[in-house]
Amino acid sequence: MAVIPKALMALLAAAMLVLLAGTAGADDLHHFDDPALQARYDDLTASLRCPKCQNQAIGDSGSPIAGDMRAYVARALRRGDSDEAIRQAMVDRFGDYVLYRPRFEWRTLALWAGPGVVVLLGMAGIGALIRSRRGERVEALDDEERQRLDTLLSRHQASDDQTRSHQ
Amino acid sequence: MKKRYWLFVPLLIFVVLAVLLWQGLGRDPSHRESALLEKPFPAFSLTTLEDGERTVDASWLKGQVTLVNVWGEWCPTCKREMPQLLALKDRGVHLIGVDYKDTRDRGRAFLNEFGNPFALNVFDPEGSLGFDLGVYGAPESFIVDAQGNIRYHHTGYITPEDVDGVILPELQRWQ
Repeated sequence: MAVIPKALMALLAAAMLVLLAGTAGADDLHHFDDPALQARYDDLTASLRCPKCQNQAIGDSGSPIAGDMRAYVARALRRGDSDEAIRQAMVDRFGDYVLYRPRFEWRTLALWAGPGVVVLLGMAGIGALIRSRRGERVEALDDEERQRLDTLLSRHQASDDQTRSHQ
Repeated sequence: MKKRYWLFVPLLIFVVLAVLLWQGLGRDPSHRESALLEKPFPAFSLTTLEDGERTVDASWLKGQVTLVNVWGEWCPTCKREMPQLLALKDRGVHLIGVDYKDTRDRGRAFLNEFGNPFALNVFDPEGSLGFDLGVYGAPESFIVDAQGNIRYHHTGYITPEDVDGVILPELQRWQ
């Protein structure tokens, strides 16, 4: 820091301010005194997708069309349109693409129900697997096998105790 | 041996998913179905670029198939599109321009420099007609049938190949 002269720092700071002012100007037009309207505006601009950009809400995008859409949302809110009417107006112009949260209708049934159906199918599969294995019986050990198991287990028990005592 | 066909289920799921995702990869992510197809051209009342006193509305589009082209002086691709539009005009296509988010002087200068294939230019400085058309960039073109319904929406630049390959056949279809 010390190597940069003060005058240069001041110049840089001024340049940053000018740049920031340029970016902030675009959206400062739409502010609402009513906090409820402001909340609806924020919600709508966050949930409508900019048609020009691949994946940005109109509230985040710097593209001119996103600015026009924000202006429309603000105007519609001021004249008392419902959220649904505003969304519909956008869909009428730009298509379903603008909705970040697709509507629930016949066309989107697979989209909404798909994950649930897959989970149910998986559960049914697991259930069928369990049921088919229920018939399988484990044969009991005979005396000789039981004895062998006991010696094996006791040997391990002994070596376990030994290692533990060493610690 | 018991035939355990269900062991092939994961493979089947994999194949279905692979086909689905492969198709998705090949699609143009910027392609959108226009929301206005089969719908009437939106109502508007705007002046013409040529004459600030003369107001036109959507009834102007009725009676013949029209290619409506949304352009602006600020749009570099529009300049490259003009030769194709002039060629379409020479082939007898009825064209109407929408000068989108422009100033009158710049719009007029653009037509003087690059030629004017349009029977009429609607002057849309605020982009209000463009907004109602769902335009999110220029150039965009619409084919409007004789009843004033939108039949085709071309987003982006009409390439020289599109003239014969896409635009003229579409215009024919809606005659």
